[in-house]
Amino acid sequence: MKIDIILCGVGGQGILSIAAALGAAALRNKLSIKQAETHGMSQRGGDVVSHMRISDKPIHSDLIPTGGADMILSVEPLEALRYLPFLSPKGYVVTNTTPFKNIKNYPEEQSIMDQLNKLPHVITIDADKMAADMNAKRSSNIIMLGAAAPFLDMSYQSFEDGIRDIFGRKGDDVVTMNLDALKAGFDFSMKNKK
Amino acid sequence: MQKLLLGAEAVAQGAIDGGMSGVYAYPGTPSTEITEYIQGSPIARERKIHSMWSANEKTAMEAALGMSYAGKRSMACMKHVGMNVAADCFMNASITGVNGGMLVVAADDPSMHSSQNEQDSRFYAKFAMIPVLEPSSQQECYDMTYNGFDLSEKYNVPVMVRITTRIAHSRAGINQLAMKAENEMSLPKNPTQFVLLPAIARKNYKKLLAIQEDLVKASEESPWNKYFEGADKSKGIIACGIAYNYFRENFPEETCPYPVIKVSQYPLPRKMINKLAAEVDEIIVLEDGYPIVEELLKGYLEKEAVRGRLDGTLPRDGELNPGLVAAAFGFKVEAGLAIPELVVGRPPAMCTGCSHIDVYTALNVAIEKYGKGRVFADIGCYTLGALPPYNAINSCVDMGASITMAKGAADSGLVPAVAVIGDSTFTHSGMTGLIDAVLGKAPITIIISDNESTSMTGGQDSSAVGLIENICLAVGVEPEHLHVLLPLKKNHDEMVEIISRELAYDGVSVIIPRRECIQKAVRRKKTEAKLKK
Repeated sequence: MKIDIILCGVGGQGILSIAAALGAAALRNKLSIKQAETHGMSQRGGDVVSHMRISDKPIHSDLIPTGGADMILSVEPLEALRYLPFLSPKGYVVTNTTPFKNIKNYPEEQSIMDQLNKLPHVITIDADKMAADMNAKRSSNIIMLGAAAPFLDMSYQSFEDGIRDIFGRKGDDVVTMNLDALKAGFDFSMKNKK
Repeated sequence: MQKLLLGAEAVAQGAIDGGMSGVYAYPGTPSTEITEYIQGSPIARERKIHSMWSANEKTAMEAALGMSYAGKRSMACMKHVGMNVAADCFMNASITGVNGGMLVVAADDPSMHSSQNEQDSRFYAKFAMIPVLEPSSQQECYDMTYNGFDLSEKYNVPVMVRITTRIAHSRAGINQLAMKAENEMSLPKNPTQFVLLPAIARKNYKKLLAIQEDLVKASEESPWNKYFEGADKSKGIIACGIAYNYFRENFPEETCPYPVIKVSQYPLPRKMINKLAAEVDEIIVLEDGYPIVEELLKGYLEKEAVRGRLDGTLPRDGELNPGLVAAAFGFKVEAGLAIPELVVGRPPAMCTGCSHIDVYTALNVAIEKYGKGRVFADIGCYTLGALPPYNAINSCVDMGASITMAKGAADSGLVPAVAVIGDSTFTHSGMTGLIDAVLGKAPITIIISDNESTSMTGGQDSSAVGLIENICLAVGVEPEHLHVLLPLKKNHDEMVEIISRELAYDGVSVIIPRRECIQKAVRRKKTEAKLKK
């Protein structure tokens, strides 16, 4: 098996927490991982991307080739579109719909949604609202991870274990909150996938 | 179980496990995480491995050499442009040689993700005639620092470990090896080894020249260089460092028809290269950064069938990736979907509430009557003042160049000229320029925008904290032209007034707007709140 994911968002949105949970899940399954991150200047509110590669065979390139990603997992809708050249024809776009507007010329939200809805395999989810409704504002990224889970070739259990690994030292409340967030995202995608 | 580490972190872990006694560094993307990892490592703390930040890359390189002199294993880490700052010591360290093993980690940034240029540090190693280790994977990052000290001690030279952004900032699982003991302190056997008086330097240099063949031989026998046979002799491939991965992404080992050399240790393994050249029609060189190997093989007359970045087989600049390598072999590259037209750029920006914003807002008002084009800035978050809506600065060249360029421009009649520099950059390389400005009575206004932090790289401690006013006064800045301001919106008018007054002064003025980095303040408040609980 091989899973190539483009993880994207805006510097400061914490996409690396998703990557960490995914990485922990993969390590538990004794899979190989390579995960290229964006550090440095772009972390100051610029666009950031992480190439996450998981496989049961050795992985060569740290970067995913264009047209090769099984998924674009984005915590911001405009950023989901920026990396479309990486998406494989069979790949899924899973994106949060809450915009992060730190630029003056941010496009009209509806036109972004129109572009997203044109894609053959897409899940759009208002993870920020869902997190707020669950009183778990800081777990919107884990909701996104849950929403991605049905399309990734790993057991749901391994995602749960990954979350326990990552948040374990922060206490049971944080773990439970994030497990609930994972479940909420997962259920949303199961209900809304085409 | 494997440990999931960034390439930079693997470099650090390998050095710790390899018996290092101290790391010396100045923060700079993509090298910063190496030192941060060591600072956070419990085992490093237990061993009391030195890991405090240095004032700049030159002081770091010198301190690492000093530790090596005393017999212990040391490492100096920096981004590629930091090599320029440290080059004076670096070039001479290959002539002194080492006592304890010494590694120089240079982190290059092809495609300039966070840099002013994409210079290739392998040039420096070639210039200094020392070996380079260039990992193609995170495991090799670990293995190379773990074993690199031995190589350095065996040949009595510093060894460069050259990484690039992509490998530094990419994570993979690492297998650790048994931890080695640190070296005992010991003086160099030859008491004059480190005394580079001409007579001694000439002897040392001959020694360095004499081991060059041994270094080539070491490369030929290195576990990190490998010759893969191939039946199709129409092409042979030389793939260096991380470029080897991009090649294997396209040509997995089991199906690759061509002979291939993986190069991860330099000087080049000459026998392997000659063998390849003898059996193939043409050679394609894959290397991230400058076409150093290609140029070496190609010579000047272009008779040799060597292809790569120089003849357009690959782009001359920018980072390699699997697609570019595929295209070099004529593969069809999957294009994916086009980016919709509505997608606009999202450049990095100064954070909401950042003190630099208040500084630029005031400076722009104060300087308006003199006209544009007179603000020389430096390297740091405040470089983002070049972007709209501020459009406040006219230069960003190298660490410390703000003050000295302002002086040069003022010398040629651009008066007033302004320098904008951060606190950490000021102690890195700004203070020596300030001495020139004071001695030359240059009509410049220097704004040291002090956020008490090295922020662009993630908020590391700044060497400048608590020192700036004293440094300025000590080198002769007049007390009545030294001001400390609190950059807040409510103080805007006062800031404009003071900056205006100093712009009109015919001499050196220093203005220090001081407010803690907003990111650091948030982190500090969080930690304090936690401690209260």
